[in-house]
Amino acid sequence: MSQQSVIETKDLAKAYGNFVAVDQLNLRVGEGEVFGFLGPNGAGKTTTLLMLLGLTEPTSGVARVCGYDPTREPLNVKRIVGYLPEKVGFYEDLSARYNLDYTAALNGLPREDAARRINEILDTVGLADVAEQKVGEFSHGMKQRLGVADVMIKAPKVAFFDEPTAGIDPEGIDQVLTLITTMSKKKVTVILSSHQLHQVQKVCTRVGILAKGRLVAEGSVDRLGRDALGGGKFRIELQISQRTGKLISSIKSIRGVTNVESTDDLLLVSCDEDLRPQVARTVVDSGSLLVQMKIEEYGLEEIYMKYFRES
Amino acid sequence: MSGVMAIFRKELADHFTSKRFIILSLLIYLAGIATIYVAAQNIRSGITETTQFIFLRLFIVSGETLPFSFPLFLSLFIPIVGIALGFDAINSERTSGNLSRLLSQPLYRDSVINGKFLAGLFTLAILVVSIVAVVAGMGLRMIGVPPSAEEVLRLFAFIFASIIYGAFWMSLAVLFSVFFRRTATSVLASIALWIFLFLFLSMIARVIAGAAVPIDQNSSLELLLRNDEVYRTINRISPNTVYGEAVQVLLMPELGNPSTTLMLVSIATAGMIPSPLPLGQSLLIVWPQLTSLIALTALCFAISYIKFMREEIRST
Repeated sequence: MSQQSVIETKDLAKAYGNFVAVDQLNLRVGEGEVFGFLGPNGAGKTTTLLMLLGLTEPTSGVARVCGYDPTREPLNVKRIVGYLPEKVGFYEDLSARYNLDYTAALNGLPREDAARRINEILDTVGLADVAEQKVGEFSHGMKQRLGVADVMIKAPKVAFFDEPTAGIDPEGIDQVLTLITTMSKKKVTVILSSHQLHQVQKVCTRVGILAKGRLVAEGSVDRLGRDALGGGKFRIELQISQRTGKLISSIKSIRGVTNVESTDDLLLVSCDEDLRPQVARTVVDSGSLLVQMKIEEYGLEEIYMKYFRES
Repeated sequence: MSGVMAIFRKELADHFTSKRFIILSLLIYLAGIATIYVAAQNIRSGITETTQFIFLRLFIVSGETLPFSFPLFLSLFIPIVGIALGFDAINSERTSGNLSRLLSQPLYRDSVINGKFLAGLFTLAILVVSIVAVVAGMGLRMIGVPPSAEEVLRLFAFIFASIIYGAFWMSLAVLFSVFFRRTATSVLASIALWIFLFLFLSMIARVIAGAAVPIDQNSSLELLLRNDEVYRTINRISPNTVYGEAVQVLLMPELGNPSTTLMLVSIATAGMIPSPLPLGQSLLIVWPQLTSLIALTALCFAISYIKFMREEIRST
């Protein structure tokens, strides 16, 4: 297996009885990448992460994390992989610092090192002020940040975040995502599983879409958009009155326009770049009246919906 | 190994600061002190010139105000302590979402269950040793008769038996905590089993013995003994009985072997010439009792261990 890829799976599969949770998954994630693992609930994201961690045994296939086989050498894998589970919990009666201290002890960190690192990390995640408070008093967003801190404690080479932004407010989401970006800047390879697309789009260098245990698409968000929709990346919605006959064909002739669809009084123009000025001029030149024009960028949402409708 | 120690230290700290443990310990201290106080008040009544082991009598005498001896109290409370230490060992980690986080740390999975079990055992040992030390000290002040070397050794054996007895209940509770997802279920199951063994088993045993070997007032001694044999055999399913027998042999050496004399106690105590068993003999007699308690503990632990090791770990 190649040196560059930190995570590599080959035909990785997991079946629970007749139910196939993960099916022949082939994945490669390189060092320092932030890989977004997308898929609806039950698509097999968590199962894949658990197999990569060695907490679940694959039915068939191989996984490698930094060259280690998680099934055979779970301890080596767990030493370098930080994992934030989906419904992360802490000891609610104990303080944030104590909780992190425990993780440090479980990782065999010497006490003085641990204390210093815990202080740094609490600062980074913005929980230094509440370090002595019981975790039970924390908000969901704070707990999630504590979860990120818990991952940081062991200074991992690879970090798995399972739905890190589920159920927290927009500000909290932002904070968590910023922290994840910070980690990736320090050469940590990150796998982020989520079904909240916008956030994934913001931080991921590459995404893989998982549906019913299969990887249906993989690549950068841009490329997936183009692949999935066949057309452009932007969609301009035009509301027009007094439409003339030649309008559609003249819009189609603009460079960069890939498709034009027409409904009652709306025209939907797909294009590679933002062609609003050109389209507007064409409409006016043709003698029609432009009432309203909107532009939408295709995001993961469309890509995602598209793939799930197919599968 | 560092993983086991880290878990052990954390669990130990948790136990000693948990409200449930503090409340239970206070209760036990209170009960223990009360029984010894009453025993010291009443200790003179049964003593003759030939009585040996006066100090041990502190632990077996009870009075009218408090018709429980100290070991009886312990046999009641130790199971509760054991259950309190173990019933949420695994399932609370799971429901709180700590388990998957814990298991993603670089430690073997069995470290979790080993560390927890050891911490529980250690807590139990500290509790039992301290309570016996406290009541023995208090009794010593009250009656002013120092224990002989043999009495001290017998007390140590008694402490050992009590710890194992508690360990059994703890490992049973740990077993339930692995099998039941909810802590409420596991604690209720443990307590239900405790009540059954403590209250109902002897009634059931009496009925079965009555059916197997019917007796009445005119029955021969042989028949009575056979009936009693059946009764005790069934009763020995319960660790309470086993512990009770061990305690009796250790603290009441005059009575000899429970399997031959228990029945005769009520008949014979009045006029019996005390000829206490030597310590070595007593230990030989309780050996099966102790090993069966240890075996039961190990069995419960082994089942929970296997179940826990094979389990699928999911956060949801």
